[in-house]
Amino acid sequence: MKNNSQFAMRDSQLKNRRGRFAEALMGAVFLCSALASVAAVALICLFLFVRGLPAMAEIGLFRFLLGREWSPTDIPPAFGILPMIAGSLYITAGAVVIGGPVGILTAVFLARSCPKRLYRFVKPGVDLLAGIPSVVYGFFGMMVLLPFAGSSMLSASLLLGVMILPTVIGLAESALRAVPEAYYEGALALGAGHYRSVFRVVLPAAKSGVLAAVVLGVGRAIGETMAVIMVAGNQARMPLGLLYGARTLTANIVLEMGYAAELHRGALIATGVVLFVFILIINLSFSALKGASRRDSKN
Amino acid sequence: MKKQKQKLTEKAFAVLTWGAAALTLGTLAFLIAFILIRGIPHLKPSLFAWEYTSENVSLLPAFVTTAEITLLSLLIAVPLGVFSAIFLTEYAKRGNKAVALVRLTAETLSGIPSIVYGLFGWLFFVTSLKWGFSLLSGAVTLSIMILPLIMRSAEEALKAVPDTYREGAFGLGAGKLRMVFRVALPAAMPGILAGVILAVGRIVGETAALIYTAGTVAQIAPSPMASARTLSVHMYALSSEGLFMNESYATAVVLLLLVAGINALSGFIAKRLGGKGERQGGE
Repeated sequence: MKNNSQFAMRDSQLKNRRGRFAEALMGAVFLCSALASVAAVALICLFLFVRGLPAMAEIGLFRFLLGREWSPTDIPPAFGILPMIAGSLYITAGAVVIGGPVGILTAVFLARSCPKRLYRFVKPGVDLLAGIPSVVYGFFGMMVLLPFAGSSMLSASLLLGVMILPTVIGLAESALRAVPEAYYEGALALGAGHYRSVFRVVLPAAKSGVLAAVVLGVGRAIGETMAVIMVAGNQARMPLGLLYGARTLTANIVLEMGYAAELHRGALIATGVVLFVFILIINLSFSALKGASRRDSKN
Repeated sequence: MKKQKQKLTEKAFAVLTWGAAALTLGTLAFLIAFILIRGIPHLKPSLFAWEYTSENVSLLPAFVTTAEITLLSLLIAVPLGVFSAIFLTEYAKRGNKAVALVRLTAETLSGIPSIVYGLFGWLFFVTSLKWGFSLLSGAVTLSIMILPLIMRSAEEALKAVPDTYREGAFGLGAGKLRMVFRVALPAAMPGILAGVILAVGRIVGETAALIYTAGTVAQIAPSPMASARTLSVHMYALSSEGLFMNESYATAVVLLLLVAGINALSGFIAKRLGGKGERQGGE
């Protein structure tokens, strides 16, 4: 009898020790998994910068960033990416001018005006808009926009304007929903109508969140690749106007990576670096705005 | 007089908001109808032939490749993402420096454009590790791309599990590990699954990150180290060649249906199986 209980005790001790070992091991596994994303960002930065910066230095930073001519296969070659920077910025600006207001208004509709029954159909529709592959958007743009607007910045902006809608709508809607109901009710009580209350009280209260939504939309637009290639024309020259073609930073990489060598290849990786820096700036302002909106909704 | 003006502006803003929503949905409806009407008549059996030739432009090899790459990417990203989420929600103490760093990097990853992933995958996996254009290079690149998505959905799902579950498990004498795998994870499963399915949607729709990692060969890859193109890459190749417009439409139909199905499934799982815990957590 005594013996038996001793055995049981030793057994449970043993189990305990094994259990503690498993706990410690899995704790380490979880930590390492969490650090995988840190490692990924570090590797991405490392590879882009190590391969891109020397090319930038060789071309000359100002010659690269502000050069107006991109002719990588000429002798001597010219590696100025200002046309692509301008193309990216113009096309993105156009996309935001189109997608921003429509997206914010749709978010207002979803958060404040949409009957519940309708919501069940509209929301999945917006989600589907986010799920459609960019090649399908691009193909749709080729078939529908090109006959009217040609391969141009206008086509690209229109298409991207649609593509950023779900991003803007989703975030703006949740920002609007985070505004305390009392704001809206207070405005109503003071005699304002429904839309006056929404646009003069609720929307201003959610402005950092809504702005964050637009900023994320900018990020989506500037990073979009395939759809833009299919409708923008991709001429590597300074943009001439809305109805003329232009090339974006993203398009520059995809179009020439396949055959580039040596300095040309380095210049393309450096183009990726410039794009990456743009995205980092956008991400930072997005985080700052989101922090501001969190503070807003707490007050 | 003033009242009338007020009424008018109310009306104007009503028109504006309803109009914007109608425009958004109208564009979606137009896109879907356009692709379906032009594409469905061209869905011929030859499009689903086992081998791709320049005559049948079969999409079946691309379809198989899409499934393979999806599976491979999930195999890497799901454990990593779920384990990270477990670390963030169950293990990390408040104010842990690692948590802030992980959050920051995950947010950075989710903002990086797919072409930058493609560029990185090409620099690292294809050339530095010498994996060449291969399923493996493509899948690993995509697994980094979907990692933040899986992390975030798993984290939110775990956060939505009520603390009473955990306390109950501890009260019954379960260790932390047992609590995580037997109580917290099962309760969070629907949310995690919904996120994984969304990630599948991203993989299916991805093109830019794959062109220079998995390559563009139209075949069913004989090994993970061989190049092959997914459905989206196939679609891009077809439409940019411009020779097979009808087949492009048909391929677009298949892609669209696939993505719509994936979206519906994810929404369904999140809603039906999500239970009350998740809804509460979301508000």
